[in-house]
Amino acid sequence: MTPLLDLRDVTVHFDTDEGTVQAVDGASLLVGAGEIVGLVGESGSGKSVTALAILRLIRPPGRIVAGAIEFDGRDLLQASEDEMRRIRGSQISMVFQSPRTSLNPVIPVGRQIERLLRVHAGLDGGGARRRALAMLAEAGIAEPERRAAQYPHQLSGGMCQRVMIAMALAASPRLLIADEPTTGLDVSIAAQILDLLRDLGRRTGAAILLITHDLGVVAGICDRVAVMHAGQIVESAGVHRLFKQPAHPYTRGLLRSVPRLDRDFTMEPIAGAVPSLLDPPPGCRFAPRCALAMDACTACRPPIVAVAPGHSVACLAVEGARR
Amino acid sequence: MSTLASVSGSRVVRRSPRAALWRRLRRNTLSLVALGVLLLLTAMAVLAPTLTPYDPDAPDAEHALQSPSLRHWLGTDIYGRDQLTRIVHASRIDLLVALGATAMALSTGVVLGAVAGYRGGWTDQLVMRAIDAVMAFPSFILAMGITAALGNNTLNVIAAIAITHVPIYARLIRGEMLRVREMEYAEAARTVGNRPRRIVFRHLLPNCVPPVIVQATLAMGFAVLTVAALSFIGLGIRPPMSEWGAMTAEGAGYIVSGEWWLFLFPGVAIMVTVLSFNLVGDTLRDLLDPRMRGL
Amino acid sequence: MTPLLAVDDLRKHFPLRSPGAWLRPASVRAVDGVSFALHAGETLGLVGESGCGKSTVARCLVRTLDPTGGRVVFDGVDLATLEDEALRRRRRDFQMVFQDPTASLNPRLTVQGMVEEPLRLHTDLAGDDRRGRVVEILEEVGLEASLARRYPHQLSGGQRQRVNIARAIATRPRFLVLDEPTSALDVSLRARVILLLAELRARLGLTYLFISHDLSTVKYLSNRVAVMYLGAIVEEASATDLFARPQHPYTRALLSAVPVPDPDVRRDRLVLHGEPPSPIAVPTGCRLRGRCPLAQPICAEPVALREIAPGHRVACHLV
Repeated sequence: MTPLLDLRDVTVHFDTDEGTVQAVDGASLLVGAGEIVGLVGESGSGKSVTALAILRLIRPPGRIVAGAIEFDGRDLLQASEDEMRRIRGSQISMVFQSPRTSLNPVIPVGRQIERLLRVHAGLDGGGARRRALAMLAEAGIAEPERRAAQYPHQLSGGMCQRVMIAMALAASPRLLIADEPTTGLDVSIAAQILDLLRDLGRRTGAAILLITHDLGVVAGICDRVAVMHAGQIVESAGVHRLFKQPAHPYTRGLLRSVPRLDRDFTMEPIAGAVPSLLDPPPGCRFAPRCALAMDACTACRPPIVAVAPGHSVACLAVEGARR
Repeated sequence: MSTLASVSGSRVVRRSPRAALWRRLRRNTLSLVALGVLLLLTAMAVLAPTLTPYDPDAPDAEHALQSPSLRHWLGTDIYGRDQLTRIVHASRIDLLVALGATAMALSTGVVLGAVAGYRGGWTDQLVMRAIDAVMAFPSFILAMGITAALGNNTLNVIAAIAITHVPIYARLIRGEMLRVREMEYAEAARTVGNRPRRIVFRHLLPNCVPPVIVQATLAMGFAVLTVAALSFIGLGIRPPMSEWGAMTAEGAGYIVSGEWWLFLFPGVAIMVTVLSFNLVGDTLRDLLDPRMRGL
Repeated sequence: MTPLLAVDDLRKHFPLRSPGAWLRPASVRAVDGVSFALHAGETLGLVGESGCGKSTVARCLVRTLDPTGGRVVFDGVDLATLEDEALRRRRRDFQMVFQDPTASLNPRLTVQGMVEEPLRLHTDLAGDDRRGRVVEILEEVGLEASLARRYPHQLSGGQRQRVNIARAIATRPRFLVLDEPTSALDVSLRARVILLLAELRARLGLTYLFISHDLSTVKYLSNRVAVMYLGAIVEEASATDLFARPQHPYTRALLSAVPVPDPDVRRDRLVLHGEPPSPIAVPTGCRLRGRCPLAQPICAEPVALREIAPGHRVACHLV
């Protein structure tokens, strides 16, 4: 079955005064229809850039220098800007981190959704309004008529995020990219938003690419997870496998360094620091921090190897078939 | 299904901090040129006596009203004085006035704005309303009024211009101070145990400075224009001191009779100087920011 | 044994300035009667969601805000009775580590300049002695001496936070308020900073008030934990007790909402209705009334913290 989204070896560079920032290096990712895939990494790991690349929103001084991005059988890198504009918002939509700053502050939220529906779903005034209200209600907003007439600053952070999600799902996209949708929200609100994402995803059949740095979030709602370090995707697996049998040293290090609420725990930080993307280490970018690093690791980027069905790792130190 | 070839223009480059700084500055070539021009002007002003063979004030009736020639590159005026020499010497006055007025206005305006911004409340209201009162006057009229009332020696001219510029700096600094005093490092400075005065002057003010630098360079240009205009109408620098505006005024009388070099060159001098001041602001601000210094 | 820090009925109200406010004087009751005690060497975790007032409590303690009511008694001295200069000198004993490592460092000062300042203000060290001391402090927080000459923008996020900590411990204070010290940091950096804070606490005999919304780190670092909601403490217990046997519905809701990095762990979520009310209009009676799924008619009565087990206090009628 063809996956809904297929990224292969995507590489993105940014030209800055200090030189070339190699933000994403050979990232490969698969998202199936209706799946919830988590893309986990720290800040600067390139996950947001990957999302923008999918939507072809990388503008100069950034450019996609290599790779292939296929969505629903279409080659997104070859599509014209007009075609991409039609795709954004209706086929692939995105939810951003700070909802209040992502919404237009001078337009009531209901109208923002209506505009989107008029452009992408071809609905007329009345139809757009009805659907916008329906989306707000589906997103769990009580009193949708009253809220639709309000401006973003009159809504709480959690509610703004619900509006964003309503807007993103209004035109029934096949893929929803959520970039740190719960960062900055209170814990209880964040939990509600994640539930909402999962429920709406299942109901509309949309696949979700959830970008986050929080492993707990990923464990909560994702079906599959890809781990990113310094612009390279180092491991991807089903969520249970990733947490129970992490293969890549970075993934393991990450799991060991995160404090947990459900049991007593000694935190072990990962050695070294995230490498600079201006001067990235050659080959595997985790090698300088890795206890298992060998000479071959710095020679070139480790190829992606399947250690089990659906579980692939980019690491030379991992024994393949044994797992 | 296509794959972008890795070779398609994906050259990976890494530049040293110095190269990065140079690249950043180069984007603003015009600004750099302006900076160069200003540095040259300053050098010219400082070295004026050594650069010019003629005495700017000595009349030489024999060679009066000569058009530009190899002996007198920019011609001579009705008294036979070499124009080039006069223009070079005049640069001293103009730059001195611009610098002096700006320095005076800056120091006063910055202190006023800082105190008003940090204290807020009644202090803020009092200071700002006084500033508003000064700003209510068209600045040139105000300068005229001050020099007319106090007499037009160099110091008074500088003071007059300074007074009209104080409000600009006061407002700018006050605005920046309002922003900066809410920052966490301001709070940290307090938690650590600093007294308010030290917090304002050592921690907050240095962070309010960048917009002021740009404003100051613009204001220097404006100061040159103001002193030139004042001298043009006779309320500025008094003869026989050479000053560009006064020279342009004199030269204006000779346009009809055809001695074009008498007003053109001083006028060009004013224009180039003011333009350079206007253009240099951004680059100067970047150079003074530790983040941009290519460290 | 007298506590190092005793907070008694602390209140901080911010009056609202709006048209018509003089008719109905309203204020944001950010902190509305908070009391707790901290003994030397203890770490008290103060948790709550945004708007609960924990940051305001922090600022009232280090006196960057003056409380509207209540007392803060540090080492036996009521801070409100101190004059400006005396208070200023007392600051060498209590310091704060800020949340945002970038915003809390002056972009125009070097690391040296920032860490040196508390020494300059509170000690007699000068010249080379002072510089040497700065190097010692930097090494204590795990920074190389060569970083002293750098500006904040030349440091990584983790390094900046260490500078923040270095500045706070420079005068060997006895009490540190840690205001969300790891919230702005990446996941892998948090562990380092938390471990550093634990190490410093042991080595320097520090007492911490650890403010955070990240319950997992609070559990790791704190002896006792207090949960705040809408300006008041709703539950206070030892860390073990609070996380193992939370009593207050708000605590339970909070704990059940924290994501755990394990897909097999499924916890029962206690869901609160709606959103937190504004701190301008705090509900009468129990603060959680209106959102609490367990609410009963008695919850309309005001409720105070009651000790339900040794060292475990809860403000709830139903417990």
